[in-house]
Amino acid sequence: MSHHIVEVKDLVYRYPDATPALDGVTFRITHGEAVGIVGANGAGKSTLLMHLTGCLFARSGSVRIGDHALTRRNLKQARGRIGMIFQDPDDQLFMPTVYDDVAFGPLNQGVPAEEIEAIVERALETVGALHLKGRPPYKLSGGEKRRVAIATVLAMSPDILIMDEPSTGLDPRARRQLIALLKTFEHTKIIATHDLDLVLDLCERTIILHQGKVAADGKTLEIFADEKLLLENNLEKPLRMQGVQNDANATLSRKSAASGSLAGE
Amino acid sequence: MPGIDTALYSIGGLGELASLDTSIHRLDARAKLITTVLFIVTVVSFDKYAVSALLPLILFPVATTALGNIPVGAIIRKVLIVSPFAVMIGIFNPFFDRQILMHIVGLPVSGGVVSLTSILLRFALTVSAALILIAVTGFEAVCLALERLKVPRAFVVQLLLLYRYLFVLLEEGLSIRRAYALRSGHARGVDMRVYGSLLGQLLLRTLSRAQRIHQAMLCRGFDGRIRLARSFSFAAKDAVFVLAWGLFFLLVRLYNLPVFMGAMVEGLL
Repeated sequence: MSHHIVEVKDLVYRYPDATPALDGVTFRITHGEAVGIVGANGAGKSTLLMHLTGCLFARSGSVRIGDHALTRRNLKQARGRIGMIFQDPDDQLFMPTVYDDVAFGPLNQGVPAEEIEAIVERALETVGALHLKGRPPYKLSGGEKRRVAIATVLAMSPDILIMDEPSTGLDPRARRQLIALLKTFEHTKIIATHDLDLVLDLCERTIILHQGKVAADGKTLEIFADEKLLLENNLEKPLRMQGVQNDANATLSRKSAASGSLAGE
Repeated sequence: MPGIDTALYSIGGLGELASLDTSIHRLDARAKLITTVLFIVTVVSFDKYAVSALLPLILFPVATTALGNIPVGAIIRKVLIVSPFAVMIGIFNPFFDRQILMHIVGLPVSGGVVSLTSILLRFALTVSAALILIAVTGFEAVCLALERLKVPRAFVVQLLLLYRYLFVLLEEGLSIRRAYALRSGHARGVDMRVYGSLLGQLLLRTLSRAQRIHQAMLCRGFDGRIRLARSFSFAAKDAVFVLAWGLFFLLVRLYNLPVFMGAMVEGLL
């Protein structure tokens, strides 16, 4: 089963105003892997995701989804394999009701009308949102929107799930539920996020992007244990790995620094 | 400001009434759409002094509201929100058209007053009919009915997206407005000089959102056509609904029913 593979080679992209966004990114993600893509703001995470979904095309280098390089010509097939979950669910849920939204993708794929209902209900059931079927998306809460957004993608039965900041705007409980839900999926998962704890929960592998380049690529636990590496890339250890002792010290030193600067003034 | 907020959000409330289940709600969306269009055409086709001839037409909104279990207050409040437009159109008629047309309990009534009344009556009838249509059908079902009736697809897609993003746009507009209010001290309203950049900001946000939505649509196989999984069935009762009301509208249009009935009663006496 080679069609779950995502391979990016020497990807270079500059925005029209010549701002470099990606500068020779290379990695290969195989079937069933869950990979976290982390990096400071402006590191190129979103731009990279846009390339994986064919919303942008590289200046040089290539993106391969499965056996084929992603080009404008085979975009339609490639997009059937990739499910992209956008950062803002309001961008993703554009239809008048939840049902219509989940049905949108399969209908475009040419699924016959009589099978649609079963597909939509299965997708909504998977994310625990079947009861929201008839509701308009703008009336949903943040967590509900996120669930429905995931259902819209699942309904297209993709091999690869790509997520941009899936935990933003969620309260702790909704975030926890999302993580539990994502854990049950067997798809290849690519998650771009600032939420390192989420990466720790979901991804065995992590890629750090820094100024458009791959700064590190390896086991999540090893990367997050390397404080120097994280610091160089403007990242911080996931809260859970910082430990109580460490945390208390940090708070203390921050406090004394604050009072010191006050006294200085 | 809360006034604006709630007024705008209540637009959405109308669509929610569409999930009720009454005899009117169960009718085919096309039947209701066609009937409403017939109604509006009938109302606007009367001449400018028509008042009494219009009165029987009130039956249509009243009947659909009652059968559809729609709260009358909700409709009236929304009609009032847009009423300034209608008032502006007719407000000067009484000054320009001073010809005395009739006397009511001894008081002379000029043509201007009559035509202003006619404008307001027509406005109330047409706008409430359109609002009731949304309340008993739902906006998206109306759009679908339009598509089935061969209205160009691009237009229908525009309407659907407009309705979906109206609230998102309002929210962005309101948050810009709030951010301005919080930092503008006690200034009342928005300074003209800042207005331009506020609107520009809103436009830019709208454009980038539109771009993201388009990408999201492309990622799910959008090819210029929105497909909706809904089945429509135009049954006998739908045909009866359209025909019966159509006939009634025609009757009202051809005969001034109140006058006609008055004459009949007098004839009998």
